[in-house]
Amino acid sequence: MELLSGGDMLVRALQDEGVDLIFGYPGGSALHIYDAIFRQKSIKHILVRHEQGATHAADGYARSTGKVGVVLVTSGPGATNAITGIATAYMDSIPMVVISGQVTSDKIGEDAFQETDMVGCSRPIVKHSFLVKNAENIPEIIKKAFYIANTGRPGPVVVDVPKDVTNPAERYPYQYPEKLRMRSYTPAGKGHGGQIRKAVALLLSARRPVIYAGGGVVQGGGSELLTELARRLNFPVTNTLMGLGAYPGSDKRFLGMLGMHGTFEANTAMHHADVILAVGARFDDRVTNTPSKFCPGAKIIHIDVDPASISKTIVADIPIVGTVQSVLSEMLDTLKSGDEQPDQSAIVDWWRQIDDWRERHGLYTAPRYQTDGALIMPQDVIRAVYDITEGDAYVTSDVGQHQMFAAQYYHFDKPRRWINSGGLGTMGFGLPAALGVKIAYPDKEVVCVTGEGSIQMCIQELSTATQYHLPVKILCLNNQALGMVKQWQEMQYEGRLSNSVYEESLPDFVKLAEAYGHLGVKIEHRDELHGKLQEAFAEKNRTVFIDVYVDPSEHVYPMQVMPNGSMRDMWLSKTERT
Amino acid sequence: MRRIISVLMENEPGALSRVVGLFSQRGYNIESLTVAPTEDATLSRLTMVTIGDDHKIEQITKNLNKLIDVVKLVDLTEGSHIERELLMVKVRANGAQRDEVKRSVDIFRGQIVDVTSNMYTVQVAGTSEKLDAFLQALGEHTIMEVVRSGVSGIARGEKVLSV
Ligand SMILES: Cc1ncc(C[n+]2csc(CCOP(=O)(O)OP(=O)(O)O)c2C)c(N)n1
Ligand SMILES: [Mg+2]
Repeated sequence: MELLSGGDMLVRALQDEGVDLIFGYPGGSALHIYDAIFRQKSIKHILVRHEQGATHAADGYARSTGKVGVVLVTSGPGATNAITGIATAYMDSIPMVVISGQVTSDKIGEDAFQETDMVGCSRPIVKHSFLVKNAENIPEIIKKAFYIANTGRPGPVVVDVPKDVTNPAERYPYQYPEKLRMRSYTPAGKGHGGQIRKAVALLLSARRPVIYAGGGVVQGGGSELLTELARRLNFPVTNTLMGLGAYPGSDKRFLGMLGMHGTFEANTAMHHADVILAVGARFDDRVTNTPSKFCPGAKIIHIDVDPASISKTIVADIPIVGTVQSVLSEMLDTLKSGDEQPDQSAIVDWWRQIDDWRERHGLYTAPRYQTDGALIMPQDVIRAVYDITEGDAYVTSDVGQHQMFAAQYYHFDKPRRWINSGGLGTMGFGLPAALGVKIAYPDKEVVCVTGEGSIQMCIQELSTATQYHLPVKILCLNNQALGMVKQWQEMQYEGRLSNSVYEESLPDFVKLAEAYGHLGVKIEHRDELHGKLQEAFAEKNRTVFIDVYVDPSEHVYPMQVMPNGSMRDMWLSKTERT
Repeated sequence: MRRIISVLMENEPGALSRVVGLFSQRGYNIESLTVAPTEDATLSRLTMVTIGDDHKIEQITKNLNKLIDVVKLVDLTEGSHIERELLMVKVRANGAQRDEVKRSVDIFRGQIVDVTSNMYTVQVAGTSEKLDAFLQALGEHTIMEVVRSGVSGIARGEKVLSV
């Protein structure tokens, strides 16, 4: 058997796991590993500018490809800088393996230089973690880490590696395990047949059904099956913020997003539904509004790979634990073999009602924003970019109003195209995530929709884009404020804008982009919007920072009424309420 | 409702902190917790007493099951079971008190495991309720120190929790 040092073993194990890309940042405790990386060719390492950027980039890579994102950081500050990105991945169930250097085993617990208890710090935000005690265990631990990260409900796994374990002077026999036996971990597979039959019977009896699909459908590769099911039954579909793209966004059966900034028709249809089929969604509080008022007349079928997600906040009438793919395909088989259909006249009536709602207060049929003023409206910017990119871009986002406008107005016809931090809501996610996507798909258009607030949280990654030549488009909806915070302050704090404005301190983003070697474009006037956007998007080979000055007073609507509102209680504009 | 949850988990460093962390992270309360390796040194058995309604307990067991280290668990309070806790108490005992304390110890089937001329150290095993009652019975005597092990439990009959 081949003899390898711990550092070489680690890198070899990653190779054997099929890893070809690592995002990271070196430091003392990780130097043996970095040297092992230097001495090989098959894994490319992307040097970011901040460890948070590494985690978000790996996350964007994982979300867009379905593969495990891999991160390598050093101990202490390197590890703690990665925490926000690990939490972001955890909240959205993204497969990620984070390898952190650690001080040498004999120093652990002595407050050594750059020591932090990484396993402890990350414990509440990982699916699992390992502290490597002996180099011999590295192959098995790496195998387990990837298996755990990418099966069941995916999530981040931390592997903390003390420096002595990677010592180049000590060699051990290396063999990558072919199989794993883990008695304590058996991710869910097929759903319970009886439950699936019950669910199908309930669907067939539905008169006002809604399919409510979340990120689990995207992650679990269930989009095609879901689409087939919805079309077969002629049921309306709404997606969560995390689920956009799970069902084709431009399809007529699509009601748009639901929840806090969901469409009028999606939220209202949910409220009046008699049967809700929840697939890979978790009844997040940003979706349900007040749980006790949630969809009063609905029987709920809930499909999820994670049993702990079922009946957590909203009790399911028919819980089904299993992978989205297996459960949906079994449902379809059952439907096909019985060849039954729900009461078509009831469904037609239901559609008539929904179309009426859409007609009255939809995002387009009755525009929720001013379209004839002098200022550029953020919604129009997203619509223009949707047109220019022919709806086929990978869109990453930061957090705030711009995120909601992107979610509302860019229609995602395919899964894995919309990449945002829905669960943790991490400002700073968008740019590094875009870089991760661009590395995965160098020939695709990748747009980071951001705000002048969020972009400054990971702006340093502009330098990474330069080093690796990653020509993404950064679309900054510049409203000169922490817009979403300001919106809440205007709605709930009588307009007291406590620390949500910058008082003329914003940088010149065009010059900033140029300083990094990129192209900067500033758009200030409504009449130049389309032309300048087109020019910017024609720059295929450069990173372009598009700084669009939008109406700073604009709010995101609809917005559910809080606290104590139900799904259908919404503000439709600054003055209009349901 | 009070529940006794018994957990078999990998005897790995960090496993216990994950269990305890889960409880604080999700706002579940732990009334007592005992843990020790089993006859199979790769496994630990943990017994935990917690309080919550059915919904909460369901969430607790689901989330415990989700922990990678947890191999199996059972809510002992769902079936008939035996629970025991060990109590040791140092109680002041002078003169006439010595006999009184001894009588209480006998009634509760405890044992005096250490003596000085001024005190007894008493050991009692039983349900938590019985131990509470014993401490109450000692009431008028001066309790100097109490230590309780927390509850351990096992199902009655043939049912076993094993891998
Ligand atoms: C790291 C982090 N800190 C704070 C917040 C709270 N927060 C949510 S939206 C928002 C404002 C974002 O401003 P900007 O990026 O300019 O977007 P806008 O809402 O103006 O479109 C803030 C501060 C957050 N989500 N993330
Ligand atoms: Mg802003």
